[in-house]
Amino acid sequence: MAMAPLETRIAAVNGSAGRGKAAIILLVVVALAAAPYLIYPMFLINVLCFALFACAFNLVMGYSGLLSFGHAAFFGSAAYISGYCAKTVGLPAELAILVATSCSAVLGLVFGWVAIRKQGIYFGMITLAMAQVVYFIAVQAPFTGGEDGLQGIPRKALVSGMAPMSDRQSYFFVLAFFLIGFGIIYRIVHSPFGHILRSIRENETRAASLGYDVDRIKLLSFTLSATLSGVAGAVKAIGFQLATLTDVEFFMSGEVVLMVLVGGVATMTGPVLGATIIIAMQYYLSEFGSWVKALHGMIFIVCVMAFRRGIVGEIGAYLSRRRG
Amino acid sequence: MMSIFSMPADVFLGQLLLGLINGSFYAILSLGLAVIFGLLQIINFTHGAQYMMGAFVAWMLLHYFGIGYWPALILSPLLVGLLGVLLERTLFRKLYNLDHIYGFLLTYGVALVVESAFRAQYGVSGQPYRPPSALSGIIDLDFMVLPIYRLWVVAASIVVCAATWIVVEKTKLGAYLRAATEKPVLLRAFGVNVPRMIMITYGFGVGLAALAGVLAAPIYQVSSIMGGNIMPVIFAVVVIGGMGSIGGAILTGFCLGILEAFAKLLYPPAASTVIFIAMILILTVRPAGLFGRTR
Repeated sequence: MAMAPLETRIAAVNGSAGRGKAAIILLVVVALAAAPYLIYPMFLINVLCFALFACAFNLVMGYSGLLSFGHAAFFGSAAYISGYCAKTVGLPAELAILVATSCSAVLGLVFGWVAIRKQGIYFGMITLAMAQVVYFIAVQAPFTGGEDGLQGIPRKALVSGMAPMSDRQSYFFVLAFFLIGFGIIYRIVHSPFGHILRSIRENETRAASLGYDVDRIKLLSFTLSATLSGVAGAVKAIGFQLATLTDVEFFMSGEVVLMVLVGGVATMTGPVLGATIIIAMQYYLSEFGSWVKALHGMIFIVCVMAFRRGIVGEIGAYLSRRRG
Repeated sequence: MMSIFSMPADVFLGQLLLGLINGSFYAILSLGLAVIFGLLQIINFTHGAQYMMGAFVAWMLLHYFGIGYWPALILSPLLVGLLGVLLERTLFRKLYNLDHIYGFLLTYGVALVVESAFRAQYGVSGQPYRPPSALSGIIDLDFMVLPIYRLWVVAASIVVCAATWIVVEKTKLGAYLRAATEKPVLLRAFGVNVPRMIMITYGFGVGLAALAGVLAAPIYQVSSIMGGNIMPVIFAVVVIGGMGSIGGAILTGFCLGILEAFAKLLYPPAASTVIFIAMILILTVRPAGLFGRTR
């Protein structure tokens, strides 16, 4: 029985890997629970919302190979709609988020339907141009509050018995949505559907010849990404109590590209790390005003020129080089 | 009173002219974008920033050195074009073997650096720039009063566009250019220095953007956000026209300027979105754009 020792070895390796994984998960859970007692909760809320946005964006940029330059439209419109529902209509936060997310899904379907047949750079230009329509609607519509945006959006949720939530409670509220969103993205990426997406990214003609309806699959992935970006925007409006033109303008679309690029395209944790870095930069360097954006631009250039895998991607490549 | 499309003739003509002026800028800018795309296969996201720099260089020449409009009309595109060449030599060149997406992202990063730096230095409010005295009068056409400078812009833009079109489509140099677009490797085998051609083409396209900036300076004022504001519109123009068609880019630019002007007249809130909506509609009917070929 020459095979038995080998199988035992494999089982042993898997067991230790499983234990390592469990330890990491435990550590993450503790860190997430302790975080609002150590770090300013509003900052964490911001990080979580943008991390979810970046993960959702990575679904199209990383896993489907579609560079959208219009994702601010989903994030921003969802922020406005959820803010409007919570503030003016008086819906509980959860329902406001649900309404806003459904709108993003529809919007994503429309964007995707127009743009999906175009590839590469065209796709970026078309999504950008379409997002401008949403931006101008946000500028002109009567319910968006123009330059001021929607301020003081109430944080009254069903889970809090419609009482206003504190900053820390809001953090856990936002965290719940983040974890659900992240879980969904993890499931999508690691499902057979996720593998088909990657096969289309690598070789579209081949995937089509295997019988996959490429356009429909891309449209589905784009719509899913738009929907989850909508969750991020809607939750941000509640958690941060604010929805403004910044959320829907074109810079936001560029910023989410940067977050994914810095962290690592087509990695699970890369966008989370990228979002944390970019938000932290904005937060701690805010006194430098527009120079922060110039710095973002420089990071963009460095990433594209020399660092195309991003932080998590480079670490992964380093580890697999050492192993292999 | 005579009327066209159930609006008085003077209103109609006035709007047509307004549209032609905006269209002049759309035409020059999308032309530059199309020229660059033809050879480099890169959508130059920095185009808006270079348009803004063109206007700013003209303003700086006047402000710091007392150099007026006419020299600036030559100097500014030259200077900004040279900066473009530098960019191509140092950064773009290293990305030609990669997916063109990276080139697109790189030009976006450069635009972000340039526009944010100008914004940090000069704020977002416009700096006034007066048109030269020879062009600063008005013509009274009975039905409307017309600033001479605006007529000059339309005329200059038509001349520049026509000249570029002739060079690209009708001369030997243009034939090389088109050959390099189709089969760069083959052209190199014939002894043509294709990398240098790419460099010059990029510089020329950037120069066009800067020229549009100088022309725009007296009309729209010189501000750090002028490029970022016009860029999405130019993308839409290029998508509608179909990439890679020089004539298509010019024609679409003028037409959409006019479309925008009439939209403003009929339903003012639609003015800022009508071009994007036109893009969506045209894409659903003709996925390759009006003048593009399907790849």
